[in-house]
Amino acid sequence: MENNYIIELRNVTKSFGNVNAVDGISFGVRPGEVVGLIGDNGAGKSTLIKILSGVHQPDSGEIIVRGREVSNWNAAKSRDAGIETVYQDRALAPQQTITRNIFMGREIKNRFGVIKVKTQYEEANRLMREIGFTSKVFDPDSPVATLSGGERQGVAIARALYFDADLIVLDEPTTALSLIETAKVFGFVRNVRERGRSIIFIGHNIYHVYDIADRFVVLDRGKVVMTADKTEIASAEVLMKHMQEIAEMAHADASMADG
Amino acid sequence: MGLGAKPGGQQQTGREDASGLVKWARNNRRAITSTLFLIVMLIGFTMANPDVFSQFKTYRSVMIALPVSIFLVVPLVFVVTAGEIDLSFPSVVGLASYAFVSIVDQGGDPLIGIAAALLVGAFLGFLNGILVVRIGLSALVATLGMNFFLRGLINILVEGFSIAIPEIRGTFIHTLLTDDTIMIVGNQGIPNQMLWALAFTAFGVFLYNRHSFGVRVHCVGDNPESAAEMGIDVDRTRILVFVFTGIGAALAGVFSVMINFVWWPTTGDGLLLPVLAGLFVGGTPTWGGIGTVFGGAIGTSIVAFIETGVIAAGLTGFFTQFFYGLIIILSLIFQRFNGGRVR
Repeated sequence: MENNYIIELRNVTKSFGNVNAVDGISFGVRPGEVVGLIGDNGAGKSTLIKILSGVHQPDSGEIIVRGREVSNWNAAKSRDAGIETVYQDRALAPQQTITRNIFMGREIKNRFGVIKVKTQYEEANRLMREIGFTSKVFDPDSPVATLSGGERQGVAIARALYFDADLIVLDEPTTALSLIETAKVFGFVRNVRERGRSIIFIGHNIYHVYDIADRFVVLDRGKVVMTADKTEIASAEVLMKHMQEIAEMAHADASMADG
Repeated sequence: MGLGAKPGGQQQTGREDASGLVKWARNNRRAITSTLFLIVMLIGFTMANPDVFSQFKTYRSVMIALPVSIFLVVPLVFVVTAGEIDLSFPSVVGLASYAFVSIVDQGGDPLIGIAAALLVGAFLGFLNGILVVRIGLSALVATLGMNFFLRGLINILVEGFSIAIPEIRGTFIHTLLTDDTIMIVGNQGIPNQMLWALAFTAFGVFLYNRHSFGVRVHCVGDNPESAAEMGIDVDRTRILVFVFTGIGAALAGVFSVMINFVWWPTTGDGLLLPVLAGLFVGGTPTWGGIGTVFGGAIGTSIVAFIETGVIAAGLTGFFTQFFYGLIIILSLIFQRFNGGRVR
């Protein structure tokens, strides 16, 4: 297989006390693909995200960014590598405008700290178009509180895009969203992919992940237990069945260990 | 083509035509509300006593002391927007202006006196910030405690004596800060302190809306967790708003002494409630994340005109507090139409 991964993990481990949260994981993300990362609670999804975003350092294993191994991995290096993580809470300030939220903490300003309001507005407008905000009801000056949950997710994605992310990690972006809102988030994700950028989509809902992802990586108790292209899996039901088998195997293992 | 052949197109043009003005009104509705309230109130007073309210000297008498409140309300809008409160400013006014008046009284340069007042104000603000942000005390209680503590310190230092500095009259700095330059009627003009207060308000509006400090104050007050996640130094921002209030209180104190030629151990004491009332009447809500500096200046003007208006309307001084309360509550009811907190 041609190796043009943006980022690749090889045999990465991370434990907390005697819990092996990530236990020898290897996987990579190619340009312009949406990877669906699935697994039950405690499978190691959030630890893996935090390793990718540099919040956690792996105990062992290699992190390879565009073919080069990186040492002393941290949050700054992760962002330099073009990885932006959109956390579940979306980190928004609802009473502020969309523009202010996109540039929160990293305003476009001159050396006296005066914000270039017009530049920020235009950039925000461009980003909103890029991810597919089509509503005429709001503009970059609208407060985030006037947006729906899915649209707020869009603002968080737009913010990640501004910093030229090649890979956006979306942590449970459709949790607590209605069907229509979920469709909106999917629209944003597809727009991002069409621009050649990659996405890791983490979700509980197998149907959501199946709809949006090009490739699936299934985690169970810190290990990758299945990797499959969408072409190999006929439907969400088939994926669901695989997941159930994995869960049953896990259950059997657990009872054997107990016995 | 019949009527309404292209309703969508027409609607869109209509909105685009209006959008600039509509957007401006939407983004500034709280300040607009308080400005309209001030205008309506002044019209009411004028109708009650046309003689008094058609004369410039009525407005001039208000403009003499109003600037002291404006120097306080501008930074306080930042504090409340950041989700904090500062009740210590009356005593900071007293202590900072004590530093100023002591230096001038001993023949020191008034400019050095002003610098000393600013240093004292900034330091006391920093102290408030440390108590609230680093030690984690409630801002309401800690700054209330500071207000008593600092006033107590003043009483211990001067044992009830006031300090007069009539020699300041005629000095360049006194003329620059508190003389009349723009003449309106005869030898009566707009007091310079009003112009300085307006300049300070303009500076505050700019800092609040266009500078990254002001924008970060908004974000911190709106959602501190998000602000921290996006790399804003939340603690530093919070401490700085207290420092800013200390500096504003020092300026208020210097102007107060310059206007009266006397420093009293009670200087600043009466400002607590009128300034806070003006802040909220002006349209800054209590919950943080949003506010209006311009509205704050308008709100303190509303409060400042109440007493003059009540007396001029022919009522006795006994009615002043009654109308304070009435007008504050009425204006807050009007601000209520601008909506509650959105999440």
